[in-house]
Amino acid sequence: MAGLVQESSPTTDGEVISNYTINFGPQHPAAHGVLRMVMELDGEIIERIDPHVGLLHRGTEKLIEHKTYLQALPYFDRLDYCSPLCMEHSYVLAIEKLLNLEVPIRAQYLRVLFAELTRISNHMLNIGSHVMDVGAMTPNLWVFELREDCMNFFERASGARMHSAWFRPGGVHQDVPLKLLTDIGDWVDTRLPELFGDAMSLVIDNRIFKQRNVDIAVVSKEDALRWGFSGPLIRAAGIPWDLRKSQPYDVYDRMDFEIPVGTNSDCYDRVMVRVKEVYESAKIIKQCLAEMPEGPIASDDGKVSPPRRGEMKQSMEALIHHFKLYTEGFHVPAGEVYVATESPKGEFGVYLVSDGSNKPYRCKIRPTAFSHLQAIDFMAKGHMLPDATAILGAIDVVFGESDR
Amino acid sequence: MTVVHSAPRFASNEGVKDALSTALGDMLVEAHEEHGEILFTVKRERIEDALRLLRDEHQYQQLMEIAGVDYPQRAERFEVVYMLLSVTKNHRVMVKVTASEKTPVPTVTTLWPNAGWLEREVFDLYGVLFDGNTDLRRILTDYGFEGHPFRKDFPLTGYIELRYSEEEKRVVYEPVDLPQDLRQFDFMSPWEGANYVLPGDEKAEVPPVAEVKTTEKKSETGAGEKTNDKAAEKVAPAERSSGSVAGQGDANPAPVDTGKDEPGAPAPTEDRPDRKPRKETARDTSGATEPEENGED
Repeated sequence: MAGLVQESSPTTDGEVISNYTINFGPQHPAAHGVLRMVMELDGEIIERIDPHVGLLHRGTEKLIEHKTYLQALPYFDRLDYCSPLCMEHSYVLAIEKLLNLEVPIRAQYLRVLFAELTRISNHMLNIGSHVMDVGAMTPNLWVFELREDCMNFFERASGARMHSAWFRPGGVHQDVPLKLLTDIGDWVDTRLPELFGDAMSLVIDNRIFKQRNVDIAVVSKEDALRWGFSGPLIRAAGIPWDLRKSQPYDVYDRMDFEIPVGTNSDCYDRVMVRVKEVYESAKIIKQCLAEMPEGPIASDDGKVSPPRRGEMKQSMEALIHHFKLYTEGFHVPAGEVYVATESPKGEFGVYLVSDGSNKPYRCKIRPTAFSHLQAIDFMAKGHMLPDATAILGAIDVVFGESDR
Repeated sequence: MTVVHSAPRFASNEGVKDALSTALGDMLVEAHEEHGEILFTVKRERIEDALRLLRDEHQYQQLMEIAGVDYPQRAERFEVVYMLLSVTKNHRVMVKVTASEKTPVPTVTTLWPNAGWLEREVFDLYGVLFDGNTDLRRILTDYGFEGHPFRKDFPLTGYIELRYSEEEKRVVYEPVDLPQDLRQFDFMSPWEGANYVLPGDEKAEVPPVAEVKTTEKKSETGAGEKTNDKAAEKVAPAERSSGSVAGQGDANPAPVDTGKDEPGAPAPTEDRPDRKPRKETARDTSGATEPEENGED
């Protein structure tokens, strides 16, 4: 320590106060799950953050290697449990890409419709908990009502509120009743804009909310690219990058919607991008409802999608198909693909390696939050301790996905 | 093959493989295009140069993911796959290298800071070393975890399980103890190349035994001296037989004095306190089953 000059502080009578280290989490309500952050603080200024993730690691990818393609599907609901259907979306598209399987147009519309509903429900949770983290109580309760509505829609479509397992390779599991579609239409027209508008009117111009978010964790465009940002974070940085637009899947290329882009790349922009995205999702939902044709909801390839119940009573072939699908499953041609979709949090990718058997050889899941959370060290440096919760909330991290 | 699936459609792959193959030059081992994905295998020691070239000269600005894959039958068993994304060309490519447990892969944290955690993850789960990564700690597994769980030879159930111990008031780690074997259901059709024994076929073909088991010493039999003595002991003296079959002993043999005490009742516990001794003998069951009236129960 010869060359170091001891820095003396004018307020401590020359006594040197060293930085101290605290644990943020793993059990912290603002950590959005089991995140442990070892923070080095100089007073209340964050000097360094070392996030410890993996406390929710369940070995999903290893489990998937021991399941058939269809059995592995429900694991995806349990990754990002705030937007389950968007997780399934990447996986079924990856399988379909390997199989080169055509999906009926109605099923594509249904998937887009429910993916956007999922996006709304995810943003409701994120915006609500974010404003609660920075001090507001009421908006959270209001937007949770909307989230509850979304859950009810999922339940009416699939039978499950959260873990739907409704997207299937080749389409969706079941068709939806017409009444559900009209109810979603009514909800998007009336309840969503009213309630969400009310809740956001309390937030977006609120002085405290702005004080806590504006100019917090500013990330340049270059940094956003270097750190592998995606989703609302890269859009808040001013890069109009949305996989739904640039690399459209299903029927997103038929949809007319805008990509909101931020100007300052701070936490406030990230929230505002999500707020705008909710309205854009509502637009997509309306288009889906208006344009959705009648027709089959699953591929007619009997080797991949199961036959209808009625068919099974009449056709021997259908019965054999059903038996083989639910015991052996279907075989996927050997090869490897990386398929990424725009989940509410950003790019959610699935790298699927098939060896030609009925089980994935390797299924690597690209969690969105992994790269974002990694950047929290440089995003939070020099900010105050309470800003860490705002930064974390604006990243929109869910540990089921990040830790897998 | 016409594309009929509805997976994400990015910019055309046409000509990209050839153009990038030429650009990669001697770094390239193999270029591959299938299922609409372009895959370059490059030399392991040149991976950083290759990715730098793709990033700086060919606009692949983002490193989205690093995936490890394990192929235990290969000499260099691991593959490390880098997924690159170009936001300007709207295109994706994958670049991969092979590695073994002992051959480190050069780090790419010099190119993308987010490679740090991605490499940590591959190291944690597969044990691939990354040369130059200054922070190669475990990331997803538990503190103090041993082994690399995503290797194909690592069992799905793992080796260690943990639970909260009420006695010790803390979480304790124990070797995995399964009440029932983990069952793997596989319904591959036997005529389509399933290579496992079907139920009932266990003895049809005896698999070659690598190490033939022999019993050369007495200690290997599993039987100790005491067991042998016990086995030599007669059940009952045959000469005093009154049974119907000669030489098979009595159905109700006369007691043989072993010189040892009979086993007593188990020691009393908190839940089952000691009871007073019964008055009657076992043959007189009516009184023996009821404990004494003024007993503690």
